[in-house]
Amino acid sequence: MAKEILVIAEQKDGRLKKISFELLCIGKKLADKIGGTVSILLLGYQVDKLAEELDGYGAQKILAVDSEALKNYTNESYAKAIVEVVKIRHPEILLGGATASGKDLFPRVAARLQTGLASDCTSLDISPEGLLLAQRPIFAGKILVDAIIPEARPQIATLRPNVLPAAEKGSQKSEIEKIPVEIKPMDLKAILKETVKTAGERIDLTEASVIVSGGRGMASQENFKILEELASAFGEGTAVGASRSAVDSGFAPHDIQVGQTGKVVNPNLYIACGISGSIQHLAGMRTSKYIVAVNKDPEAPIFQLADCGIVADLFKIVPLLTEEVKKIKAQQ
Amino acid sequence: MDVIVCLKQVPDTETKIKINPEGTGIVTEGIKYVMNPYDEYAVEEALKIKEKFGGTVTIISMGPARVVDAIRNALAMGADEGVHLNDPAFEGSDSFTTAKILSKVIKDMKYDLILTGKQAMDFDCSQVFGCLAELLELPYVSVVTGLEISADGKTAIAKRETEGGVEEIIQMPLPAVVAAQKGLNEPRYASLPGIMKAKKKVIKEINLTTLGMTASEVGEAGSKMKTKNFQLPPERKAGKKIEGEPPEAVKEIVRMLHDEAKLI
Ligand SMILES: Cc1cc2nc3c(=O)[nH]c(=O)nc-3n(C[C@H](O)[C@H](O)[C@H](O)COP(=O)(O)OP(=O)(O)OC[C@H]3O[C@@H](n4cnc5c(N)ncnc54)[C@H](O)[C@@H]3O)c2cc1C
Ligand SMILES: Nc1ncnc2c1ncn2[C@@H]1O[C@H](COP(=O)(O)O)[C@@H](O)[C@H]1O
Repeated sequence: MAKEILVIAEQKDGRLKKISFELLCIGKKLADKIGGTVSILLLGYQVDKLAEELDGYGAQKILAVDSEALKNYTNESYAKAIVEVVKIRHPEILLGGATASGKDLFPRVAARLQTGLASDCTSLDISPEGLLLAQRPIFAGKILVDAIIPEARPQIATLRPNVLPAAEKGSQKSEIEKIPVEIKPMDLKAILKETVKTAGERIDLTEASVIVSGGRGMASQENFKILEELASAFGEGTAVGASRSAVDSGFAPHDIQVGQTGKVVNPNLYIACGISGSIQHLAGMRTSKYIVAVNKDPEAPIFQLADCGIVADLFKIVPLLTEEVKKIKAQQ
Repeated sequence: MDVIVCLKQVPDTETKIKINPEGTGIVTEGIKYVMNPYDEYAVEEALKIKEKFGGTVTIISMGPARVVDAIRNALAMGADEGVHLNDPAFEGSDSFTTAKILSKVIKDMKYDLILTGKQAMDFDCSQVFGCLAELLELPYVSVVTGLEISADGKTAIAKRETEGGVEEIIQMPLPAVVAAQKGLNEPRYASLPGIMKAKKKVIKEINLTTLGMTASEVGEAGSKMKTKNFQLPPERKAGKKIEGEPPEAVKEIVRMLHDEAKLI
């Protein structure tokens, strides 16, 4: 039987997350290299429609475990479903997203399967020996290492979102197969009581294509409004971030903190406003594809890695920039 | 309530990390080590629980001799005793194997709750809490920013940070594993009397033999995942620096974003 690469789809509120397609794209490439196939596993409740949405993106099989116990994510119910499917299909490689739920889930899956897990990888390849070669940043991105899982199977890795391209829709049809897995509510110890939206609902920083971030130089919470306006000017899929000093000063909530003790982000565009560029902040954003820095101090370390650095008062620059971006967007 | 805190000692985040000439690891000389920042929240939470419910706080840490400093630091904050898993054979353990070693000690202990950090700021794996819970057949919640233990000490409700400004409220029976995130509390500093008292507190040493495992089950040999080829990430060069009047500067940014980077 051909070797299978199994990727785990991720959905939230009935919508497939982009990471699912990023995983399919790399999964297909790896499958070609080992002469195998890629399949995608969808977990949830009443997922028929989502299964169809995955059709044509390169997976040979779309596997679905449909159960009321999977309506909400919990590490126990999802681990149970994945492990049962792994026991049936014996994939060579298992890939998931290094998202909030992926980071929570895969340690349990790996331990139950007694195998290795390369977490939060930024590049995935096949070694000359035919093993999964997972590159992962350590020490907050100061160093990269290659991880391999020589013997245990499946080889598991989670992929950082927004690093690799997403699969595009093609003409090849996928085959949908439901896999029954019995998940008894009594076997689940931890239960999700509720989900709480802390602020206005935002797109997650790790998925944003444009991030406008503010630091201590923002001087107040109210001033963050100008960053929100700039972010919105770029359109959808944009978010506002903050440095730890801005968070500690109460200008911004903790869950938008970027850096070593915050989120690690890699948007196409990162605009740092009034952020000095400490190593802990850089740890969270240095892999952004394009970095703009606005800082009035010409010696600020952020300029050492900014593709475009503006030495000026951010309160003068940001509103003007918002206007200019809006103008261009209006013409497009 | 008897609480166990798993604690790792890691290089200070300010320390410059160098790769050894063979590319097999980092140069350890000259590194300043500290308690993993997330584990400080775990220790603080354990102490708060003890203050409220009584009971004990035990610190468990695996690592070389230097790790005693981190354990002592937690004892000075107010923890009762330490367990130090120290054997050259343990070196190079991946997360799964680390969890296996920790679980081997913990399974014979009396405890109601295990606290860990959400991530060790060296290898950034974010795995040990989940592997440990699985091996002990316990529920776990990670990235926790709020924890409440019921009055009878039998269940806990944890607040977990996810994405896009959404938090999950999760209820679980105890014992359980809880992995701390920043925001859970404000860790205290060790007081001078605390530091004095800590000197007399017991740190139990456990090695491979007393643990009852063999060398092939632990360390690099026992690890499922092997790490190699340590390398520096590609350098990022400084780009263009624009000085001058704001309107002109903004025009130049827009030109670069539009014409060169093709981002607008
Ligand atoms: C263990 C540990 C973990 C940490 N984790 C993180 C983390 O995850 N994320 C993080 O960000 N930090 C983290 N830090 C903190 C980090 O060391 C820095 O203190 C922090 O990043 C500084 O934030 P800042 O750049 O906003 O503030 P500052 O360093 O104070 O910089 C403010 C900048 O704003 C500029 N400025 C001021 N006014 C204006 C204006 N009107 N126009 C233009 N520019 C202006 C100033 O020139 C200055 O460069 C961590 C620290 C430790 C010890
Ligand atoms: N060697 C160790 N000794 C004790 N606890 C550890 C060790 N390694 C990791 N941990 C715990 O597991 C958490 C997550 O670590 P990691 O999975 O390595 O990112 C840490 O914050 C610690 O609480």
